[in-house]
Amino acid sequence: MDSEKLTDKILEIVPEAQQEENKQFLTFLIPPDKLKTLTTHLKEEKELDFDYLFCLTGVDWGTELGVVYHLTSTSLNHSVELKVKTDNRETPEFDTVTDLWMTADFFEREVWDLFGIRFTGHPDLRRILLEEDWVGYPMRKDYTDEVNIVEL
Amino acid sequence: MKEIINLPVQSIEEEEYHINMGPQHPSTHGVLRLVVTLQGEIVKKLQPHCGYIHRGIEKMCEKDTYQQIIHLTDRMDYLSAHINNHAVCLLVEGALEVEVPERVKYIRTILDELNRIASHQLWWSSFGMDLGGLTCFFYGLRDREHILDIFEESFGSRLLHSYYTPGGLMRDVHPNFQKRVKDFLKYNRKKIKDYDRILSGNVIFLERSKGVGVLSKELAINYGVTGPSGRGSGWACDIRKKHPYAMYDKVEFREVLRHEGDTYSRYMVRIDEMRESMNIIEQLIDNIPEGDFSAKMKPIIRLPEGEYYQCVESARGELGIYCISDGNKNPVRMKFRTPSFVNLGVLDKISREMKIADLVAIGASLDLVIPDIDR
Amino acid sequence: MGVRIKNMKYADFQDNETLELFEKTGGNVMLTTIDDVIDWGRSNSIWPLTFATSCCGIEMMATGASRHDFARFGIEVYRASPRQADVIVVAGTIVNKMAPVLKRLYDQMSDPKYVIAMGACAVSGGPFFYNTYHVIRGVDHVVPVDVYIPGCPPRPEALLYGVMQLQRKIKLETIAKERKTKDDGRRRTIKL
Ligand code: SF4
Repeated sequence: MDSEKLTDKILEIVPEAQQEENKQFLTFLIPPDKLKTLTTHLKEEKELDFDYLFCLTGVDWGTELGVVYHLTSTSLNHSVELKVKTDNRETPEFDTVTDLWMTADFFEREVWDLFGIRFTGHPDLRRILLEEDWVGYPMRKDYTDEVNIVEL
Repeated sequence: MKEIINLPVQSIEEEEYHINMGPQHPSTHGVLRLVVTLQGEIVKKLQPHCGYIHRGIEKMCEKDTYQQIIHLTDRMDYLSAHINNHAVCLLVEGALEVEVPERVKYIRTILDELNRIASHQLWWSSFGMDLGGLTCFFYGLRDREHILDIFEESFGSRLLHSYYTPGGLMRDVHPNFQKRVKDFLKYNRKKIKDYDRILSGNVIFLERSKGVGVLSKELAINYGVTGPSGRGSGWACDIRKKHPYAMYDKVEFREVLRHEGDTYSRYMVRIDEMRESMNIIEQLIDNIPEGDFSAKMKPIIRLPEGEYYQCVESARGELGIYCISDGNKNPVRMKFRTPSFVNLGVLDKISREMKIADLVAIGASLDLVIPDIDR
Repeated sequence: MGVRIKNMKYADFQDNETLELFEKTGGNVMLTTIDDVIDWGRSNSIWPLTFATSCCGIEMMATGASRHDFARFGIEVYRASPRQADVIVVAGTIVNKMAPVLKRLYDQMSDPKYVIAMGACAVSGGPFFYNTYHVIRGVDHVVPVDVYIPGCPPRPEALLYGVMQLQRKIKLETIAKERKTKDDGRRRTIKL
């Protein structure tokens, strides 16, 4: 499917989605509560058929926390980039996509570990890289640790 | 006495128990810890615990310049160091829209493929060793040394090279380079037959690998298992074909595919891939054009504001780099989508209902590099 | 090591050759033939533990394999169990999560035991010294180290040289004094 049709299709499913400028991928900013609807449509619908989640990234933009999803379809060869953002730095929370793409399992655990973003509905949300009793989320921009970090 | 005999006895077969494999275990190839739930000898569940070598490379990248980041990517997947460097270089070059000289593209492709062969040879050695054949270890590493010699002659380092810089190479290759590579190819063509003779047709090996750890194509896509492991399940996921970079669109090579999805097919994909890599090198080595070894670059690289994604085919699968830049000399966020991290996710799924001894074979066939998982 | 000399210059202290000479020529009363025999045996049959966390481990494997062949120097069989090993070659970065495991491995080894810190990471944190939150800057914060081998990664030859330094060090040992294996804050080093 070419990008115009894809844009129309996504806007039809989630009218609130904002398209962002990006040279490589078709990028949309999605309101967090619509994420579940959109991803389910993208995965299940035959003419969209996004069956491969190739990257899931947690990002700290300074004030906002968010997650970036890179999706592609192995049969139809089109890709899309989705973003969700939230201002809530205390208890950020998004819906999980593990039920659609199993690769999201480890990715989401990593994002929880390093950014402290919860994923509702994730089957086993534990820290994956750091110890269970680690305090804080080290990839956040405001993370400080006087003992372990030697600043250059 | 009677009462004791009549006590309900739970047989060992039904009871579940846990075994802790790692973090210091010779067959996990590093410091991976697997908590295995067993019933008798059958694996019921498996929980990977990683992070025993989590070095925070992504955090370090946020304070580093792009030239410095290249040196960190070496240390992620040290067996395909060149290919990791290539990913960062392509990302920077793509963002700045720099056209690198032809010569650089040729040399990069050749080195990438040499690196892939070296990586597969090491994998072959340790795979054989895990299944009990120590001979493989010595054969594989012996042949790998020849590649390392070529590397060493040109840029003085055996394992971690950091030879690519944004825009080109650090310096030109050694005048002997072409001859050495050609000699190596001749040598390796002979030796690769030995690999087949030792392992590929070995009855014990076939028993232990055929039908073990079957991964279907749908699962491979859903779990995102790329690289030789994904291609062993019949998923054409080679980035060199899908999104060609460097010289890969100009050379002819076959994307090795197998459809059984078991340990043996993953094994055979890698063996055949070594042959394909040699074919690629053979097509390029004679016609490396003369010219500069680097494009003109500013000493301080600032990427324009925006987001970039670059993927390359490393020896283990798709290595993706997602970078957000705000126009400064260091990135806001640098994410490495490393193949081993993703491939590890499927280990639980495919090793269930297998014997614990098969777990070693399955784990080895996924070719995990632990710092690549933990970064 | 049981050398305690008041009137020896600090510079000489760093010099291994002076030290060896001193030992041989009567610095230690208890240096007997038994010592010689035991040290000869120990130093020529060091069994390393298969312990590799990252990139340096590959170079350690290469050292053990065909071309460089560890075994020539008596550092023969890799042992998978710490109870059978004499020396632990810390090849690679040690991070916070791994440090307790390393300490336990070290504790499980039987005396006499030795530690070689291989690579910049094990020596000092190496490339991961700055700006990272999860790396131990030098394995000597966790276990006492006998020989430091710099490099990122050190070449196999460097590892071989380091092992030979360790052998030299073992040859100076005496059964008269107990070896210090608990970390007492002093760093026991051999200059490379
Ligand atoms: S010193 Fe260098 S090669 Fe060795 S583990 Fe550290 S980063 Fe890797």
